[in-house]
Amino acid sequence: MAMLSFERKYRVRGGTLIGGDLFDFWVGPFYVGFFGVTAIFFAALGSLLIFYDISQSGETNIFAFSVNPPSIKYGLGLAPFNEGGIWQIVTMCACGAFASWALREIEICRKLGIGWHVPIAYSVAFFAYLSLVVIRPLLLGAWGHGFPYGIMSHLDWVSSVGYQFLHFHYNPAHMLAVTFFFTTTMFLGLHAGVILAAVNPGKGEVVKYGEHENAYFRDYIFYSIGPYGIHRLGLFFALNAGFWSAVCIIISGPFWDGGWPYFFDFFLKTPAAIGNIAY
Amino acid sequence: MGSYSSIYNRIQIRGPFDPGVPMRPGELPRIQAKNFSYWLGKIGDPQLGPLYLGWTGIASLAFGFMAIEIIGLNMWASVDWDPYAFVRNLPFLSLDPPPAKYGLNILIPLGDGGWWLLAGFFLTMSILLWWARSYIRARAIGMGTHTSWAFASAIFLYLSLGFFRPILMGSWSEAVPFGIITHLNWTASVSVLYGNWYYNPFHMLSIVFLYGSTMLFAMHGATILAVSRFGGEREAEEIVDRGTAAERGALFWRWTMGFNATFESIHRWAWWFAVLTTFCGAIGVLLTGTVVDNWYLWGVKHGIAPSYPSVYPAFPIPHDVTRSVVQ
Repeated sequence: MAMLSFERKYRVRGGTLIGGDLFDFWVGPFYVGFFGVTAIFFAALGSLLIFYDISQSGETNIFAFSVNPPSIKYGLGLAPFNEGGIWQIVTMCACGAFASWALREIEICRKLGIGWHVPIAYSVAFFAYLSLVVIRPLLLGAWGHGFPYGIMSHLDWVSSVGYQFLHFHYNPAHMLAVTFFFTTTMFLGLHAGVILAAVNPGKGEVVKYGEHENAYFRDYIFYSIGPYGIHRLGLFFALNAGFWSAVCIIISGPFWDGGWPYFFDFFLKTPAAIGNIAY
Repeated sequence: MGSYSSIYNRIQIRGPFDPGVPMRPGELPRIQAKNFSYWLGKIGDPQLGPLYLGWTGIASLAFGFMAIEIIGLNMWASVDWDPYAFVRNLPFLSLDPPPAKYGLNILIPLGDGGWWLLAGFFLTMSILLWWARSYIRARAIGMGTHTSWAFASAIFLYLSLGFFRPILMGSWSEAVPFGIITHLNWTASVSVLYGNWYYNPFHMLSIVFLYGSTMLFAMHGATILAVSRFGGEREAEEIVDRGTAAERGALFWRWTMGFNATFESIHRWAWWFAVLTTFCGAIGVLLTGTVVDNWYLWGVKHGIAPSYPSVYPAFPIPHDVTRSVVQ
């Protein structure tokens, strides 16, 4: 049994959302539960379909492996199996697996008597995924607008869709998302740094705690947000990074079909924008 | 009963003002600006200050002030000192680096990139002094210097963009302009000029670590808030003497994904992800134009990108046109 020294007393019955005691057990370190079974089902089926699709392509270079969405001509209908139908089933499997994973996390939270923060945060990432492969294709009227599953192909998709809008940096939601990504990473470096610095203070120094963490950031930048605050702030910024990423791609196409630089024309055409600079 | 586990505080604690840990001999006194902020208290600790400024802090703020003055006054001058146009056009205004014809010369006309060099120098001095402060304060109160080294990684990216790569390329004109829209334009054009940075492997790694850092902070922040009902936010205490909060946090991930960090090791994961974001980014910047001219062709050569047939007729750019654009 892969159990930690303190683990046995935490392995209690109950907390399941569905299925009662039926799947209430562990396999090695993993908790199973009803949603563990559904997650494994969707993940295995989706992975097998991905391997099958790759095997049919005759491609041997891992960077070129790709499961592609159907042609635009199939609109929102089901495409033939070998012409994007696999992508559609893989996408359904991914959604099933992600939803199962979130619900299984809720069951684990209930077992451990802790808050639901992780499954809620995970749902935001799931929403960002949905925005790419379900919400935006639905709004644009064809599954062909979805995102290909491949190492280089997904990069090519991002690059290509970006340049369809000429210059994606001008997308205001993209600006927000990038700012949240960078700032979250900066906060993470600062938070991780101060915790490691407190408990690894160097030779001849005693281990430090919250009082010194606060003193450090007050001395350094005038304000210490404190031990609760930094986790709230980090979570809030991380979730906003995911949320605004989703918004920036949903609005590109369904709600704005010109180049993103033209979005700011309204501003440059107002009498407010005067001056002698050339654009 | 009030709860601290939500995204904002429902109760604000106003204890006596915490003056900070004792100072060591020979240090300047802390500036005891005793403030409490109701709105900061909504998300975190309401106490503002005290602040330790010291000589490095004073010098850093002075240099930073000069850099911002130079940038701001140049932008204002570019709209003929019209205050209205300055404010309204601020996102589009820019202080640009010198044109290519000056190479790495540092004695160039102020109006033709000299101000950019000066602003860059002052901003760099300000940042390096602020780094020194982060190191000095950590040692002064007997803590490790992990925060400083994480900051150093970000400074390495900043210097790679504005200092190291221009030197390797032999021209200040390669550097990033100071401006909101113009630095975005620079970023987009440097990618396209060098064959699309999506094929730059260090850009790929940097993005992996950027997204990874965001994912880790969501996972970590959510875990700590979820176990805060057991005192899990006292991380250093839980590292030294593991309590039920750390145990439940660890088991959550072990049961979910078969693996867990500890309260200390999650911060090591986090530190490395954050540090490698800017470090890999800097390597990708330094290789561009110096070692690799075209990342797409680099990708084709190394088998990560397909080679597309050339469908457009050859269209050589006349040499004098290239020269007039470059100079």
